[in-house]
Amino acid sequence: MTGPLLSVRDLRVAFPTRQGIFEAVRGVSFDLGRERLGVVGESGSGKSMTGRAILGLVRPPGHVTAERLDLDGQPILNLPERQMRRIRGRRISMVMQDPKFSLNPVMTIGDQIIEAYRLHAGGGRDAARQKALDMLEAVQIRDPERVMTTYPHEVSGGMGQRIMIAMMLAPDPEILIADEPTSALDVSVRNEVLNIMDALVKDRGMGLIFISHDLNLVAQFCDRVLIMYAGRIVETLAARDLHHARHPYTQGLLNSLPRLDAPVDRLPVLQRQDNWRDGDPLSESLTTDFPGGL
Amino acid sequence: MSRMTRREWLLSDAPQTRRQARLGAIYQGWLTFRANRLAMFGLVILILLIFMAIFAPWLAPQSPFSQNLAGRLAPPSAEHWLGTDALGRDILSRLIHGSRITLFIVGTVALIAPIIGLFIGTVAGFAGGWTDQVLMRITDIFLAFPKLILALAFVAALGASIGNAVLALALTAWPPYARLARAETLTIRHADYIAAARLQGAGPMRLLIRHIWPLCISSLIVRVALDMAGIILSAAGLGFLGLGAQPPMPEWGAMISDGRTYILDFWWVAAMPGLAIFIVSLAFNLLGDGLRDVLDPKGAKE
Amino acid sequence: MLTVKDLNVWFGFPPDRVDAVKAASFAVAPGESFGLVGESGSGKSTILRAIAGLIDTWSGRIEVDGKAVAGRTRDRAFYRTVQMVFQDPYASLHPRHSVDAVLNEALTLQGMDDIDARITRLLEDVGLGRGFRFRYPHQLSGGQRQRVAIARALAAEPRLLLLDEPTSALDVSVQAEILNLLADLRAEHKLTYVMVSHDLAVVAHMCDRLAVMQHGRILEVMTADALRRGAGQQDYTRNLIAASTGYSRS
Repeated sequence: MTGPLLSVRDLRVAFPTRQGIFEAVRGVSFDLGRERLGVVGESGSGKSMTGRAILGLVRPPGHVTAERLDLDGQPILNLPERQMRRIRGRRISMVMQDPKFSLNPVMTIGDQIIEAYRLHAGGGRDAARQKALDMLEAVQIRDPERVMTTYPHEVSGGMGQRIMIAMMLAPDPEILIADEPTSALDVSVRNEVLNIMDALVKDRGMGLIFISHDLNLVAQFCDRVLIMYAGRIVETLAARDLHHARHPYTQGLLNSLPRLDAPVDRLPVLQRQDNWRDGDPLSESLTTDFPGGL
Repeated sequence: MSRMTRREWLLSDAPQTRRQARLGAIYQGWLTFRANRLAMFGLVILILLIFMAIFAPWLAPQSPFSQNLAGRLAPPSAEHWLGTDALGRDILSRLIHGSRITLFIVGTVALIAPIIGLFIGTVAGFAGGWTDQVLMRITDIFLAFPKLILALAFVAALGASIGNAVLALALTAWPPYARLARAETLTIRHADYIAAARLQGAGPMRLLIRHIWPLCISSLIVRVALDMAGIILSAAGLGFLGLGAQPPMPEWGAMISDGRTYILDFWWVAAMPGLAIFIVSLAFNLLGDGLRDVLDPKGAKE
Repeated sequence: MLTVKDLNVWFGFPPDRVDAVKAASFAVAPGESFGLVGESGSGKSTILRAIAGLIDTWSGRIEVDGKAVAGRTRDRAFYRTVQMVFQDPYASLHPRHSVDAVLNEALTLQGMDDIDARITRLLEDVGLGRGFRFRYPHQLSGGQRQRVAIARALAAEPRLLLLDEPTSALDVSVQAEILNLLADLRAEHKLTYVMVSHDLAVVAHMCDRLAVMQHGRILEVMTADALRRGAGQQDYTRNLIAASTGYSRS
């Protein structure tokens, strides 16, 4: 049995403010194997900040500390920017919510993928071009030759997000962090994008951290779910057990969603309790059941 | 109310009255501004300048006009801290009195130019269509001339005096503000809150004055503060060319012009007013930088 | 209450003209809650904006309360009948106006008297206490902002409320609060709603009937019950319903 891909213990992100130190992430611990790990929470729960902290993308004055932040057993906490840059992209990639803001508007899509690939893997332009075409095909873009010559504003949101995924996958990373990758997409396109990510995890044995506010989607798509509240993980459970969640916060979130199949007169409203902030988290275990793959 | 609770009262998230809300917003801005050391430095210099202008007759050791041809071009000494000029007038006293003229020029231009610019820019941006075309082409025509040349032409036509110099500077300084205000208006024009105000039945005048102006003014203030140095230098330039303040008025630019003849042998005659212009320009720039942190967080550097 | 007949809305001029809405017709009875659903670019929000008078490039017939409207001009009586709540509560409140200023302006423009008492009542109606009256938007959460936007719309005491994705920018727990609030207000003030949303579950929860839109056309008008049963007449509707019920691995 191999160790987990990523091991996080007591991760904290703090920002100094006028009212004192504000901790956006307060002691998050989990392991990631070759699996689809969902991170769910409301805005301000620290879910995105957790993803950014792993990649070393928290900007000063934000400050990241952790007891352990290991990638394949190697500590990557607060590495110098030069070394971190080598890890970002090559070993851990990130897909953001809105592809419009992540793609360079004045470069063709082909050039961007080729550049991203050569930056990490080196090699000649022709080889990189072939790789880019393969990548676009891998994300099910039908006419990759044509798409290579277009500019970001000429493609739709779903296409843009697939291109972002292609770009992030070009260097064959071990871990993909996807921060609300489908929130800006229509439902039909969303499912296509999810299918692509799903296949990639299965075929390449990648670890996926899927950050989302959509509980039901995460339950259906991921293997394991972390539920975050106010900077902490309040519950960790297998995705198939989500509807048997025990933490009142998780239950409250699930109940407050209107459902097509179960009409109600009035939606139950989440009653927040103070002890959620600091009470004991409900976790099956920190470690993953899938260290070596699905 | 004790001191500590007054701070809490100001920083409260739930103000109880209109006054508390407004004061709280101002206090927040002040805290941001105060955090910028250089901007505070600029502010202190400018307060000193205003102080100097108000109390000039009491601060100045001698009269700025009294000539003493026997003691002309004297180097800095205990009697004349900054030396004397070609007519034996005390340079320090002239600088102190000159601060009034500088403040008058800067203040008037800073009041007239942005207001013209704000009006033309927001009307053009908000109305769109041919109104926009006409107003912006006029702006382009003004922008096409070098500022100082245009100001020279105005002064030449109106006659050389300090008032005309101010007018000329104001008339040449507004086009950049108009462009800025128009660009801001274009981004605001289609915002949902403008649409919401329309749905309340707000007419174009109300939208312009109550909804669009407050958002344009902050970036204009920042821009004006940063441009202030340029205005001082333009005013000094006009003075230097003899088209601004007329002798014997102790205008800083004119003083440099007077010192030009002796610049190699009696450097202080030109250097002292030059230094004054430099310090005040710098102070305005620093102030502008700090104001940007407060009023326009988007543009602030990381 | 509202009748829309053969509505066409377009943007730009030929050859770049984009037809956002094509020959849309529907009618909403007084007291009814009507939904418009579709994916992005289907023209559902555009219909609301055309009704509200925020777009002038449209043809067809829009009748509110039996009176036809034209172009972009709306009289004061119209604004006392129809109000709108926008999608993004972060963009629909003026950043420099306090809650007090926003409501004050709305009430003044509607020519209301006794403004002070009315502001207090409006804030109570939307579940915000007095403590919120003098706050600025940056001191409010997303849900609180949307409550202020609803209060502003209610200031004119309208009978028809146009809701443009009122909860899509909010967290699900806050969405539940706002949807409950809207349901309460509708019962209390006998309001008619036209609600645009991409979320079928939200529309099914809030509306009695709905129109499904695609590429600017209304494909079909169905009841919320039919939506819950998945009983669309068009393939597109059925696919949309299937996709909305969640992700299933292919």
